Amino acid sequence: MDIKTALFDYLLRLGDDSLILAQRLSAWCGHGPMLEVDLSMSNIGLDLIGQAALFLGYAGEVEGKGRDADKLAFHRDALRFRNCLLVEQPNGDFAQTIARQYVFSTWQRLLFQGLVKSGDPRIAEIAAKALKEIDYHADWSAEWVVRLGDGTAESRDRMIAGFAWMWRFVDELFQVDDVDAAIAKAGIGPSRASLRAGFDAALKKTFDAATLPLMPYPAAVLGGRQGHHSEHLGHLLAEMQFLPRAYPGATW
Amino acid sequence: MSNEWPLWEVFIRTKGGLSHRHAGSVRAPDAELALRHARDTYTRRLEGVSLWVVPSAQIVASDPSQGGPLFEPAESKIYRHPTFYHVPDSVKHL
Repeated sequence: MDIKTALFDYLLRLGDDSLILAQRLSAWCGHGPMLEVDLSMSNIGLDLIGQAALFLGYAGEVEGKGRDADKLAFHRDALRFRNCLLVEQPNGDFAQTIARQYVFSTWQRLLFQGLVKSGDPRIAEIAAKALKEIDYHADWSAEWVVRLGDGTAESRDRMIAGFAWMWRFVDELFQVDDVDAAIAKAGIGPSRASLRAGFDAALKKTFDAATLPLMPYPAAVLGGRQGHHSEHLGHLLAEMQFLPRAYPGATW
Repeated sequence: MSNEWPLWEVFIRTKGGLSHRHAGSVRAPDAELALRHARDTYTRRLEGVSLWVVPSAQIVASDPSQGGPLFEPAESKIYRHPTFYHVPDSVKHL
């Protein structure tokens, strides 16, 4: 695989992860359990949209076909999206959203700690800016895992159910395919497999504090990175892409 | 609602050297989350470099109905303002 093709795909993966999760979080706006939590989730969503805009903008430049971040975000079909399956999972209740956010941000923090040392200066710059945001997202969601896990019997049951939903999508985060191998070989990003030990250690620390049992991982569900998504992504995109597709060139 | 989280008062230092000023309040189940809620609610637009949160229940407030005896006696005591000194014209930078 030539490095330009790999880099384009890699940037889509980074951008799409942030974009799709941001869209999910934005659905909480006005529906959070408290006004303050509503704001926290909207803030995280906006941080993620910022990351997505930078990565997708760069992806468009690498591709060289005149597509900008908006074009890539709003005029691509589900099969062309390269996000992991985790981020497209439904919000469910608050605990399910927290489980998804905790898994994602904990993993994303490790990935971006590697990306700040990227041989690609543009990626290193974006990662350095994003890492401060991600540190906050990871810490914020860990605080909630502890409070729900070590809270009431009901909050604990819901936290466990939330993780149970997300559990089969964890392995995909560490899968290495041709794209990742080419990127790691070129010194652009860390090998995803190398992030696993750090992830397991962080998870154990949070689960211990939350008095949650470490559940075994079921058989992994894979395919997001190749465009094989769950039914949820199509519905999400239909809502997210409706306006720019129905009214091309619409402005505020 | 009886099961609402307790209220916390939020104070923000806008930049180094200035004192913390009251910004508003947030609800949160404990001190750590109160700080995070204060950060997410009041410093989204780069408003601060330091945050304090204080349980609202810990604030002791003066009684508004006692405004007369507490504050009005100061009204007629203009000699408490340092406005009776003549500053010589030659003194600059005062």
